[in-house]
Amino acid sequence: MDLASRRFAPSSEARSDEPRSDMARSNVSLALRAWNIRRKALLMGQVQGQGYIGQALGIADVLAASYFHALEYRPEDPEWEGRDRFLLSIGHYAIALYAVLMEAGILPEDELETYGMDDSRMPMSGMASYTPGMEITGGSLGHGLGIAVGMAMGLKRKRNRAFVYNLMSDGELGEGSTWEAAMSGAHHKLDNLICLVDFNNQQADGKSTEMLCSEPLTEKWEAFGWHAQRVNGNDLAAIVTAFDTAREVKDAKPRVIIFDTTMCKGVPFLESREITHFVRVEADEWDKALAVLEEGKPA
Amino acid sequence: MTLASMARKYEARKRPEGERQATSAMIASLAAEGYDTVNAPFGNALIEAARKDERIVGLTADLGKYTDLHVFANAMPDRFYQMGMAEQVLMSAAAGLAREGFLPFATTYAVFASRRAYDFIAMAIAEENLPVKIVCALPGLTTGYGPSHQATEDLAIFRGLPNMTIIDPCDADDILGMVPAMCAHEGPVYARLLRGKVPSVLKKHKPDYRFQLGKAQLIRDGRDVLVISTGLMTMRALDAAVKLAEDKVDVAVLHCPTVKPLDLDTIAAEAARSGRLVVTAENHTVMGGLGEAVAGGLLSRGIAPKFRMIGLPDQFLEAGALPTLHDMYGLSVGKVAAQIRSWL
Repeated sequence: MDLASRRFAPSSEARSDEPRSDMARSNVSLALRAWNIRRKALLMGQVQGQGYIGQALGIADVLAASYFHALEYRPEDPEWEGRDRFLLSIGHYAIALYAVLMEAGILPEDELETYGMDDSRMPMSGMASYTPGMEITGGSLGHGLGIAVGMAMGLKRKRNRAFVYNLMSDGELGEGSTWEAAMSGAHHKLDNLICLVDFNNQQADGKSTEMLCSEPLTEKWEAFGWHAQRVNGNDLAAIVTAFDTAREVKDAKPRVIIFDTTMCKGVPFLESREITHFVRVEADEWDKALAVLEEGKPA
Repeated sequence: MTLASMARKYEARKRPEGERQATSAMIASLAAEGYDTVNAPFGNALIEAARKDERIVGLTADLGKYTDLHVFANAMPDRFYQMGMAEQVLMSAAAGLAREGFLPFATTYAVFASRRAYDFIAMAIAEENLPVKIVCALPGLTTGYGPSHQATEDLAIFRGLPNMTIIDPCDADDILGMVPAMCAHEGPVYARLLRGKVPSVLKKHKPDYRFQLGKAQLIRDGRDVLVISTGLMTMRALDAAVKLAEDKVDVAVLHCPTVKPLDLDTIAAEAARSGRLVVTAENHTVMGGLGEAVAGGLLSRGIAPKFRMIGLPDQFLEAGALPTLHDMYGLSVGKVAAQIRSWL
């Protein structure tokens, strides 16, 4: 019963009078947060000479809005019972999540150079047991949303008002388990569940829409009983509005935001390269990419 | 076009002997002659456990009635989730509930858990060592519906999964005992289930029997043969031992309801007693189940008795009436006794 008392006791009170995260009130702009995330991701990519940098650059704006506008959390206590849960279903996006966890102060920045190395807390594919702030072990795609359904059920049982966010990729829309979970979330009226879909239209073998087309996507989610929005995932104002709507809408249904993103966003010479799932960056290009990013640094 | 490898015969399967029987419904209880039965031991034991532990919740994928979870659902409707016919989200959601501090019991058929939901059990549950308790009906050959419903390889599948504890209960006594033991165990558990009117066998043979997680227990001793059995095959072995005693063959039965981790200390100590034929018996394919686990364990310890395995063949099994199939595949009391006799 130790586990029960430890986990259940604070739940009902966990968020009633809690202040929002200091991060959300910070005067650092979301644009600068997103820029910092991109920069950290590039530095990690440089360490390994590779990485899912295309995805990280593409999703940086959504992560900035997630951690510096939408989510409540305590950087010093990543397991705080009142936190919003953020699940990274797409394990290979770990490089991007590590960047935002560092930016948020959950991971120390001096571990950046260990990314993907032996003895690191930051493996190439995200794993819960390695990294503070990494809620689940993603990577076997199509898992996150189902786990999120169970966590959202559990939070409701505890009368905990936290949200569960699940970040997934468009490729995961091909997994049947995603749609089992989608039906389940609606059936159980999980209005504390927010699914974030990164639609960069790219998966391992090519364009997602040419592998197994999931369009029309907004209509599909709506037909599954979700409150659905689709916005430009590299437009911070649009992202923030979508998050606000998803959190505040009164419908007794789960919410999804589909973000159309551009792979490699923020580094034009990579953006224009023939985009693949695993973007190839030559050894001498990391410094060039960082330099190009520097030129676009927001005020 | 039919491929040669498919070997479609489009003909009735021939029963080897005996009278023709009808295939019973899947919800039918397993028959065992001469034993009292307990009604829905799993569902009732779960209700009792849930009254003491507020963390317990029950989930099923449209098989509440077929796993005795309906008894729990009726008694505690606010602790029950009907997940529909969706085994992947059944397991994922159970993992999510466990992450939030609950103790979920997820039920379905053994075929669906082991085959359809395996990746979700592996990654969402076992890899994180979450306390999800997976309880599955129709283990091994306990239905005549054919391979779609016969979980003949579930133990092999889950034995390969780190962190997973595996229980194959013999009877109602085991099921009533395993539920609180599963709650007390911190990690994930896969338990096979007999449902409906479940015979009480072990206490009849050994009145002070009590299920202990991780322990093999000698139910009866014997000088000639040591049967190491799990699940309902312990029932068969005990009945076969009574039968063989009439022919002056003295059979010991060591019951191993916990298949993983296997109690190799007890198994090795019993198997090392010289002169006895050692026979494993399981309601499962002989590939990767109890028999191979015992064989590997004994060899690793330098113990090499005369050894035989009773189990299902490495085949997709026939459809038909369960008693007929048990006879065909060597799981009936008569066939267990005959096999042992032939090896002496």
